[in-house]
Amino acid sequence: MSQILIRNGRVIDPSQGLDRVTNILVEDGRIAALDASENGQATTIDATDRIVAPGLIDLHVQLREPGHEEDETIESGTAAALAGGFTTITYIPNTEPPLDTQAGVQYVHQKATRANHCRVYVLACVSKNREGNELAEIGTLVEAGAIGLTDAMRPLHNTELLRRALEYCRMFKKPIFSHPEVLELTHDGIMHEGETSMVLGLAGMPADAEDVMTGRDLRLAEATSGQLHLMNISSGGSVELIRRAKARGVAVSAEVCPPHFSLNDQTLRSFNANFKINPPLRSQDHVEACIEGLVDGTIDVIASGHAPRASEKKMRELDQAPFGMVNLETTLALTITHLVAKGHLDWSSALAKLTINPARVLGIDRGTLQVGADADITIINPDVRWQVCAEEFHSPSANTAYEGVELQGRAEHVLVGGVIKYSVGKLL
Amino acid sequence: MGTETTTSDTEFMPTFPDQWQRRHLLDLESLSAEELQAILNVAEQFKQYMGRSREKLSLLKGRTCANIFFEDSTRTRNSFSLAARRLGADTVEFSASSSSVSKGETIIDTAKTIEAMNVDLLVVRHRTPGTPHMLSQNVDCSIINAGDGPHEHPTQGLLDILTIQQHRGDLAGLTVALVGDIAHSRTARSNIWGLKKLGAHVIVCGPSTLVSQNWETLGVEVAYSLDDILPRCDVLNLLRIQFERQYTRPFPSVREYALLYAMNQERMRLAKDDILIMAPGPINRGVEITPDVADGPHSVILDQVHNGLAVRMAVLSLLLHQQETNHSV
Repeated sequence: MSQILIRNGRVIDPSQGLDRVTNILVEDGRIAALDASENGQATTIDATDRIVAPGLIDLHVQLREPGHEEDETIESGTAAALAGGFTTITYIPNTEPPLDTQAGVQYVHQKATRANHCRVYVLACVSKNREGNELAEIGTLVEAGAIGLTDAMRPLHNTELLRRALEYCRMFKKPIFSHPEVLELTHDGIMHEGETSMVLGLAGMPADAEDVMTGRDLRLAEATSGQLHLMNISSGGSVELIRRAKARGVAVSAEVCPPHFSLNDQTLRSFNANFKINPPLRSQDHVEACIEGLVDGTIDVIASGHAPRASEKKMRELDQAPFGMVNLETTLALTITHLVAKGHLDWSSALAKLTINPARVLGIDRGTLQVGADADITIINPDVRWQVCAEEFHSPSANTAYEGVELQGRAEHVLVGGVIKYSVGKLL
Repeated sequence: MGTETTTSDTEFMPTFPDQWQRRHLLDLESLSAEELQAILNVAEQFKQYMGRSREKLSLLKGRTCANIFFEDSTRTRNSFSLAARRLGADTVEFSASSSSVSKGETIIDTAKTIEAMNVDLLVVRHRTPGTPHMLSQNVDCSIINAGDGPHEHPTQGLLDILTIQQHRGDLAGLTVALVGDIAHSRTARSNIWGLKKLGAHVIVCGPSTLVSQNWETLGVEVAYSLDDILPRCDVLNLLRIQFERQYTRPFPSVREYALLYAMNQERMRLAKDDILIMAPGPINRGVEITPDVADGPHSVILDQVHNGLAVRMAVLSLLLHQQETNHSV
């Protein structure tokens, strides 16, 4: 009987409305007891002045393998996830080849198992070959273990196809993850369309491009009663549309990634390609609307949106550099620094968006510290201040917007299934 | 003001400003009014010198300036080359099509390779905003932005302003209208920054698809009707409609554009008696401007070209020679 006692930590579990300083006993890979007493357990983790949370879940991670292993691999990405405090991540199939077969799904599962870092749930493509024309064999993919469907980062351009996909997925009770973007409006765009893009002479990507597609997707979700998850929301207009749809009872969930609640389009004045992401960093009013959406619950989930790019790809002219920013190793700290420390969200609300809420979107039994649950646990040092240094990332890619920035908060120990996988800066 | 140094007893040397810190000229937005005027003062001195002598100077003897142009250009490129050679520097030409860029070399590697050939200064033109800025962070030599997409073209802005100053003196209180495709014009942006810093009232005028209302928040007047603003304008700068840059047509036809915005004799009647007509080259005769206006008494287009050479000599000498002098003091 392997036992681990996590002692004296502030246990915050939004799934149970729990927030108190106590001990947790882990036994044989599961949560055995809350308020357990010290008993000479084989292993003890001292969590004094630490927060003990359910293992964090990331709904949006681009692992880039197969096809672009120069950016990231399943092995390096799952390692980076642990360093960022995540025990579970969701794999986005924007790979080469795209994941639209059973074999593809199984490949990812095998690689993740072999890497033996964090858990990986696979999103498979909605359409054949990710081309957006015909439905992929969704039933087969679900049977192979796909937890949801998406063509990200491509928008589902064909409205009829999305409608059909939402209806079809209903019988499997699986969500469609949609990346809302009207390509005709963002054509050649490099940054948010607004005053800054006007001054810099850079082609813009208007907020309307996201709002129009968000509106369309919400309408279809409502009409079909399908389950929709909106990825990387960045625009105030979209937040408002989601708010109203939820008020009408539409089954939709939405995520915001940390860049969109911490940075605005003025950063592009540096012409630094590490600030080039899709959807783009928008003007401050949009940033504030996203934060407001997180505060009032319109936005259920915080996801990293991790999009690694090998260095040489970003060291190019701005229109040649691909979109993307790494964020597995900084999402927790950005959430703490910009939302919790600034008083926008309390710990429970913030952690909910990284634990139970993503779990519910995926329909999985995770994101909780209930007795009997798998012991996926993230122990957080909430006060430590540290400087982001891309060289220290477990990810081979260094495309971060936060290089040299001081952040607050960091994962200190990460347990997956009761096994300590990451401890004080080291993978185990 | 300024210190005079001489390289020989008889050779001309302009009076430089006391302080000059910049190694690069990437944009006009970041320059102070004092820095702007300092460049213009040196340029005016070079212009006067060239009016009386064709003798090469040796201010930049032993220095090498390289043009790296990723976009087509004859006049700007030649203007920079001539300016460098008039100052005694050696020049080197590099264009994207006939280079290793077509073999897949990155732009930073290209720049570093050229720099490694003992080049002191790179003049860079590229279709993507921010490219000269990126290069300035990756190489040690000086960089001049000769046009980065729609973003800025600092020496163009400077030569336009110098031309206005020569004819009108102080810019303060003058009304200068920039007409045409403002959205895609680096000439417009550089002019806006330079003119505003020196106190002019700036109007941007063109089709509403190409002239954003947002310019008003930066203190620039926005107008869609050229006829309405003409009686108030002291200077018109007619930007070229750039067919090669646009993704979707922001106006239905060239004819319609000319109908609304071409500067022709009829419009000249609405204009002030002493209005200055300017245009960055090359002009589409009959589109932005009719031949009689382009060649008429109000046009200072050729002055602009002369001033271009003087401005570039000023910028080259400030970035290279004056920098050296400052360091050795």
